[in-house]
Amino acid sequence: MIKLTEVTKSFGKFKALDNISLTLGKGQAISLLGPNGSGKTTLIKSILGLVIPEAGTITVNGLQVNNNWAYRSHIGYMPQIGRYPDNMTIVQVLNMIKELRSDKHVYDEELIDSLGLRKIQDKTMRSLSGGTRQKVSACLAFLFSPDVFILDEPTAGLDPLSSEILQSKIAQERNKGKLILITSHVLSDLEDITSHILYLQDGKMMFHKTVEDLQNITGELKLSKIVASLMQEADVHKSFQHEHDS
Amino acid sequence: MNTIVKYITLDLIKNKIIIIYTLLLGVISFSVLSIDSNSSKGLLSLLNITLLFVPIISILFATIYFFNSSEFIELLLSQPVKRKTVLLAEYSGLSTALCAAYAVGIGIPTIILTPSPAALVLLVSGLLLTLSFTALALLVFVLFKDKTKGIGASIIISLFLSLLFDGLLLIFIYSFGEYPIEKPILGIIALNPIDLARILMLLQLDVAVLMGYSGALFKKFLGSMAGSAYAIICMMLWVIVPLFLSVKIFRKKDL
Repeated sequence: MIKLTEVTKSFGKFKALDNISLTLGKGQAISLLGPNGSGKTTLIKSILGLVIPEAGTITVNGLQVNNNWAYRSHIGYMPQIGRYPDNMTIVQVLNMIKELRSDKHVYDEELIDSLGLRKIQDKTMRSLSGGTRQKVSACLAFLFSPDVFILDEPTAGLDPLSSEILQSKIAQERNKGKLILITSHVLSDLEDITSHILYLQDGKMMFHKTVEDLQNITGELKLSKIVASLMQEADVHKSFQHEHDS
Repeated sequence: MNTIVKYITLDLIKNKIIIIYTLLLGVISFSVLSIDSNSSKGLLSLLNITLLFVPIISILFATIYFFNSSEFIELLLSQPVKRKTVLLAEYSGLSTALCAAYAVGIGIPTIILTPSPAALVLLVSGLLLTLSFTALALLVFVLFKDKTKGIGASIIISLFLSLLFDGLLLIFIYSFGEYPIEKPILGIIALNPIDLARILMLLQLDVAVLMGYSGALFKKFLGSMAGSAYAIICMMLWVIVPLFLSVKIFRKKDL
């Protein structure tokens, strides 16, 4: 569904993505892991067409990303930081995006109810806490039941209950055969969702394997243990420590 | 595009700074126009206030607003819409709100208290100034990645056009005073939208000769109608060219 071929992107001398080729298929839930500054967000933004790579091609559902916009109707994106115009209310934001997508008339509003946004839908975005804004972003990503979900730190800042609701929603969509690409530093949140792990470091892809394969290789069962042991092997322990400290 | 414009305008109408800006302009124009019985003098004062405040407030408010909207723009761009559409919608929404503030604050009082063609010209030149400085703010937004640098650039642009430009023009006129420089000066003035707005208004008020070299030149060389047309066309270019450049740069920008 998503295919990257030799994608390279640099900012000045710094190589954010270094010759990355990978294929992500239906029904997969890929955890995108890596230390800060390893190119995770750049990878996501390249797929969304927000960052334009200098080399390589990206296709989503067979459509080239380059200078195209129609392919984004297949993607639901939840950004790391959601900021909205101050005086818009929650219901206005939702309506605006709905009106923008006149191609769809069936909405998946389950999260709006389960995250409790219905009761506070007339509050302005300025008055909302960071976590509540995060919930609005989540609702927008799931609103049109897209084929591909790109979630950048979806559970960061959410309370445990909401985080649980969002995780079960993600799992439910994965079981429907959707493709889910997710980044998170909270590995325990990814435990029940993930089928594949994609590890980036310094803009290079270190590995891209299924969780079962990794369990066999490392002999560990828990995601955090697997990742830790792989990192020690790859001699990247230091940078991960640094990430946890920050 | 219309959807985004509609919601951005709805958001900005409730913005406190826009409301205060409207009220302030309204209070100023009512007080200036009711002090003096000579409406032409009142309009001149309002012109000076317009030339002083509208450019700097438009460009600063717009720059800050665009930079604050950058995450929202990213979210809109993750939907199936073109970059050009999102950028122009942001511009249209913001300029609609700022133009509405000017039209309500200056336009309504002048048209009620001194209904005249000159009042209409003041309104048009104020609106064109708002549009062109908002467009310049958009250009700053697409050129800079950092908010602080962007605001700095906007301050420099507005100070340059409102203060420094005229000084440089005076130096130019003094140094080349012995040559026939009238025609080149007409061209140079087109490089400053604030001067263009001033000339547009002065040609209308028949005080062009009293109000400095540039106004006199326009009156002499172009006559009232042609001069106004020239000024209006140049000001429109000050809107279109920055917008065109912004869209072109934004197409390739990394967000």
